[in-house]
Amino acid sequence: MYRYDAYDQRIVDERVAQFRDQTRRYLAGELTDDEFRPLRLQNGLYVQRHAPMLRVAIPYGLLSGRQLRTLAHIARKYDRGYAHFSTRQNIQYNWPALETVPDILADLASVQMHAIQTSGNCIRNITTDQFAGVAPDEIQDPRPWAEILRQWSTFHPEFAFLPRKFKIAVCGSREDRAVILVHDIGLQLTTNAAGETGFRVYVGGGLGRTPIIGSLIREFIEWQHVATYCEAVLRVYNRYGRRDNAYKARIKILVKALKPEVFAQKVDAEWAHLKDGPGTLTQAEVDRVSAHFRAPAYATLPALDADYGARRETDKAFSAWARRNVHGHKVPGYAAVTLSLKKTGVAPGDATADQMDIVADLAERYSLGELRVSHEQNLILADVRQADLVAVWQAARAAGLATPNIGLLTDIVCCPGGDFCSLANAKSIPIAQAIQQKFDDLDYLHDIGELDLNISGCMNSCGHHHVGHIGVLGVDKDGSEWYQISIGGSQGTAAALGDVIGPSFAADEVPGVVEKLIGTYLEQRTDEERFIDTVRRIGVAPFKTRVYGESANARKVANG
Amino acid sequence: MAKLIRGNAVVSDEWTLVALPVRDEPVKKQAGKAVLFKLTGEAAATDAEVAGVGIPGGKVIVPMSVWLGRHAELTARLAAGQLGVWLDSFEEPETLAASLHDINAFRVIAVNFPKFIDGRGFSVGRLLRERFGYRNELRAIGDVLRDQMFFFKRCGFDAYALRADRDAQDALAGLRDFSDPYQGAVDEPRPLFRRVARSA
Ligand code: SF4
Repeated sequence: MYRYDAYDQRIVDERVAQFRDQTRRYLAGELTDDEFRPLRLQNGLYVQRHAPMLRVAIPYGLLSGRQLRTLAHIARKYDRGYAHFSTRQNIQYNWPALETVPDILADLASVQMHAIQTSGNCIRNITTDQFAGVAPDEIQDPRPWAEILRQWSTFHPEFAFLPRKFKIAVCGSREDRAVILVHDIGLQLTTNAAGETGFRVYVGGGLGRTPIIGSLIREFIEWQHVATYCEAVLRVYNRYGRRDNAYKARIKILVKALKPEVFAQKVDAEWAHLKDGPGTLTQAEVDRVSAHFRAPAYATLPALDADYGARRETDKAFSAWARRNVHGHKVPGYAAVTLSLKKTGVAPGDATADQMDIVADLAERYSLGELRVSHEQNLILADVRQADLVAVWQAARAAGLATPNIGLLTDIVCCPGGDFCSLANAKSIPIAQAIQQKFDDLDYLHDIGELDLNISGCMNSCGHHHVGHIGVLGVDKDGSEWYQISIGGSQGTAAALGDVIGPSFAADEVPGVVEKLIGTYLEQRTDEERFIDTVRRIGVAPFKTRVYGESANARKVANG
Repeated sequence: MAKLIRGNAVVSDEWTLVALPVRDEPVKKQAGKAVLFKLTGEAAATDAEVAGVGIPGGKVIVPMSVWLGRHAELTARLAAGQLGVWLDSFEEPETLAASLHDINAFRVIAVNFPKFIDGRGFSVGRLLRERFGYRNELRAIGDVLRDQMFFFKRCGFDAYALRADRDAQDALAGLRDFSDPYQGAVDEPRPLFRRVARSA
C-alpha cells in the first residue's frame, strides 16, 4: 500500500496544526459558526443529532493492520468503543467532543491517516474497487491512479469551494465494483488500439434527489493527461455549476442542462490550454506510486488446497460461509475473504474496537498485513491462503464477523439515518435490523440468493437505495416517518435506477412488504434467475399487485 | 478602512474602490439561508446603472461593467496608470481580456468574493494569470478571511483586502499554512513530483 514520504507526512501534520488553530479560534469566538462550518466540514466534522460526527478518510478503502488498531484506539479513547464504516469507504465516529478532534487528527497522522476533504463542497475521498489488485477480472490496478488523484486533489487551491461536493471513482476491472456511473467523475481504466493505458471518462452521475447515470464524455484519455483533464472538468464545473440552489448544484445538473456533448466541448476547450502543461503526469511519478502497490511475493500453491476443498464438502457451516464470503483471487491457492459487518441485530457497517483489533490481527497473520473496506460496508482480507481459510473463519466467527450473507438479502447497505444524522427524514438502522430478523433463516436466505437491499434515511441517498435491487427510502409525511420502496435498481456495469412501487409504508410494515416482494420472486423465477433478473423480465407490475392488491382500500385511507 | 495586505506586508491602500449601486433585490432564501449568487455570465448592472456610477479622481478600481460601458471616458486614466478594474465572482475574465489590447495596462485587477464559499474567484484568478498573462497586482476583495489566504496566494492573488474586522497578522500567518503543496498552481506551476525527487 502507499506509504507516506516526508512530503506526505508534512502535509497531514500541517493540516493537524491548521485545524487545531481553527478549532481554537472557533472556541475563542474569533470564528463565527458560518465561518467555521466549511472549515470543519472539509475536515470531516459534522454537527449531528447528539454530538459531532467525525468522518475519517480511508483512501480507496485500503488499511494496514496498524492503522486499523489506531482506529480502534480512537474509538475507545474518544468515542464509545465503536465506529461505523460508511458506503464511501470511510469510517465515522458518532460521539467525539469537538475539543478532542485535533488530538484525534494527530493520532491519525501518526499512522499516515487524515480526515481531509471527507465532507464539504470539495473533492472528496477517491474510491475504487475493494478487490483492486487481486480481482481475477482486473485490467489494471486502479489504486496508483486513485493515489495520484488523491494527491492532486488534496488542498487543490482552486477547488476548495465548489458549488457542491464532488466525488471521483476509479475502476480497473471489467465488472464495475466502484459504481463509477453514479459518481461526479467516473474513470474506467482501459487500453486503446495501440495498447496504451488510459481512461474512459464519465461525468455527472449521482444519486440523491435527482438520480442520474453518468454520461460518457470522453472515450479515451491517455494516462499522462488524466489529472489535467480532471482539472478541466472541475474548472468548468466550478465556474458554471449552479450556486443559487443547493439542490441543483451538483455537476450532474450542469451536464444535463448543457447536454453532455456541449459539456464535453467546454471541457475540451478548457483542457486544450492545460494539455501538456506541468500538470501532465510523468512516467517516473506513475512508477514511483505504482511501486507501492506492486504485487507481494505470493507463494506457489496448488490451485485448490486439498484440506480446504475437503472441509467444504464435509462442514455445512463452513461451506455456507465459503460460498458467500470467500472470493476468487488471481493467484492460485489464494482467496479474498469478506468479513461481514451485517450480523443480525447490529447496525450495518458498525464495528466495535475489539472487533477492529481482531481484524487487524487477522490481517497481520493471514493477509499480508492489509485489509480493505468495501462500499457495501464490509471488511475484506484480500490475500488469504486457502489453507488458512478455516482458521480465519473460526476466528471471525468467534468475533461475530462471519455471517455467511455477503451479497444476500441481509447484507444490507444502510446509512446512519435518523438515529444519528440530522438530515434524516426517518430512521434506517431499525428497518435494516427488522428485515434481518425476518430473514434470519440461513437456508431460506441462501435460497433467495443474490440480492442487494439498500436503505437511505433521506433523499441524500447515502445508502444508495436507487441502485439496490430493493431500495428503501425514508420520507417525511406530516412529521412522521414513512418508507418508500423501489425495485429493479442495480449497480455495476449495467447500473440502473429502481422504480418506486407505490405509496409508502409505516416502519413496521416494511419487513412484510419485503417478504411479499420475495414471495413474488420465488413464485415467478426461472431456474437460474436472481431477484433482479426476474424484475427485469416480468416488470414491476406483478410485485405491485402482490404488495398493494390485498390491502388497496386500507392503504388509501392510510396514505390519503 | 479595510486593511490591505500586499505580498507579505500590511500597507495603506492608495486605490479607491468604486462600487455599483446597491440594488433592492429580493433576497432568495433556501432552507433559511440567503442564496444570492448570480450565475456565471449574468450581467452585473444595467446600462443606466453603469452610466450613473460616479467615478472620483485619483487611482480608482472600477467595476468591470463600468469599464466595458464607459471605455472611451476611461482610456486616458488607463494610459496614466490610474485605472484598475474589478470583477465579481460571476463575471468572466474572458470578457475583460477581450476588451483591451494589453491587460497589463491595468495596474490592479480585483476579484470579488461576495461570500468566501463562492469559489469561482479562484478560477478567475488563475485564468487572469495563466491564460491572459496578467502580471500586475491581483487583489482579492469582499469576504476575504484568514483561512482562504493560502488558496488565494496559490491562485495568483498577491494583494488581499482583508475584511475590516479581522487581524492582519493572523491573516499573514494563513499564507504559510502549508509548505509543500502537491499540485501546481500560479505561485508554483510545477506539481510536487516535478519539483523534488520523491523516492519510492
Ligand atoms: S441518506 Fe440522509 S439520513 Fe442517511 S446518512 Fe445520508 S443524509 Fe443522513
